[in-house]
Amino acid sequence: MYPPPFDYQAPDSLEEALAILAEHGYEAKALAGGQSLIPLLKLRFAAPAVLVDLGRIPGLDGVEAADGELRIGALARHNQLAASPLVAERCPAASAAAPQIADPLVRNLGTLGGSLAHADPAGDWGSVMIACGAQLVLASAGGRRTVPATEFFRGVFDTALEPTELLTEVRIPSPRGPAGGTYLKLERKVGDFATVGVAVSLELDGAGRIARAGIGLTAVGPQNLRAAAAEEALAGAEPTAEAFAEAGRLAAGGCEPASDVRGSAEYKRHVVEVYVRRGLARALEIARRS
Amino acid sequence: MEITVTVNGTAETRDVEPRLLLVHFLRDVLGLTGTHVGCDTTGCGACTVLLDGAPIKSCTLLAVQADGRAVTTVEGLIENGQLHPIQEAFKEEHGLQCGFCTPGMMLVAKALIESNPDPSEEEVRWAISGNVCRCTGYTNIVKACRRAAAQIRQAEVAS
Repeated sequence: MYPPPFDYQAPDSLEEALAILAEHGYEAKALAGGQSLIPLLKLRFAAPAVLVDLGRIPGLDGVEAADGELRIGALARHNQLAASPLVAERCPAASAAAPQIADPLVRNLGTLGGSLAHADPAGDWGSVMIACGAQLVLASAGGRRTVPATEFFRGVFDTALEPTELLTEVRIPSPRGPAGGTYLKLERKVGDFATVGVAVSLELDGAGRIARAGIGLTAVGPQNLRAAAAEEALAGAEPTAEAFAEAGRLAAGGCEPASDVRGSAEYKRHVVEVYVRRGLARALEIARRS
Repeated sequence: MEITVTVNGTAETRDVEPRLLLVHFLRDVLGLTGTHVGCDTTGCGACTVLLDGAPIKSCTLLAVQADGRAVTTVEGLIENGQLHPIQEAFKEEHGLQCGFCTPGMMLVAKALIESNPDPSEEEVRWAISGNVCRCTGYTNIVKACRRAAAQIRQAEVAS
């Protein structure tokens, strides 16, 4: 299968890339790792007139801790994040998710920003960003703006990104107290999309109560979902098995799974309940060790 | 568009359409048909090559993205007319049945052994988890990868 013809541009600066997008708008499409976009081109689901390859732009794949945040460049690859000690220390949910994305070969090319901008509801990163309270930095020729992950996803393959904008960085606030997180994914086999995925982030206060709980859900709605009712029930609560079980029930009640080849809606809802409970317990273990 | 890709150590400069996939650049432009096209949808790993040493699926990369970079295909494993220890090990352990997945499996093994000279069975299975053997000959593929690692370690001790 061949992609349809396109005009290929490989700018070597972000400014140049943004200028190309400003000129072409909807006619242009940005190429990061290509592990979602190239299959879409081959299947002719996408046929941009201009393909803007971001791969020659230096400095967009960094990982650094600064100003109480973990900052990850949009072009950081999944395998790079899976191997990063800084990500493991500052964001265990991201560290747990990275090695579960697709397969090892896809992880050598696929990028965090590409996955988020693609906005597949079965994509793993969106749930992690929602759970961790991440802010996404969107750049255009006209400037920059920051959008919370909870407001970035708008529906199936739909985000807050304007056609003239690029996602350049994610900023994950570093927890102030003991914290933990994880990502649990049910898949039929390596490389399959998630049947269900659950990202959890938990932060404790000085008294050992829950200061903040973040829960993101994969593949159980038109986009990565925030389990808002579960998060609110946990805030300020004691981190008990009962509280975690109730959070699981609330998350399962609030999601919108569809029956498909990967399982019935009822089954997926049940997995959400179990994975939220287990994920919170695992996050608590990590937090108490930290 | 003119690109230069170093393939198995030789700089290859060609004028290509931007939409040309790397796997077709290797097979159709350079005639290196050891890289196979299997599923053509990023699933099976038959088209695996090493890009700057890391295994990737060449059906899901444009040739223009490889401009200025180094690609290793199965044809690049052979050295001075001698089979690479990984190729020898696949032969000895019967790590292939129909052979369609074999080039990809061997290239993944090469990258794995370079970063982990003594991989466990689980580590080998993890490394090849993006490569499908539809004959289901995984047991011998895993044995072959571990035998190759052992032989490469021994050769390094001997030298």
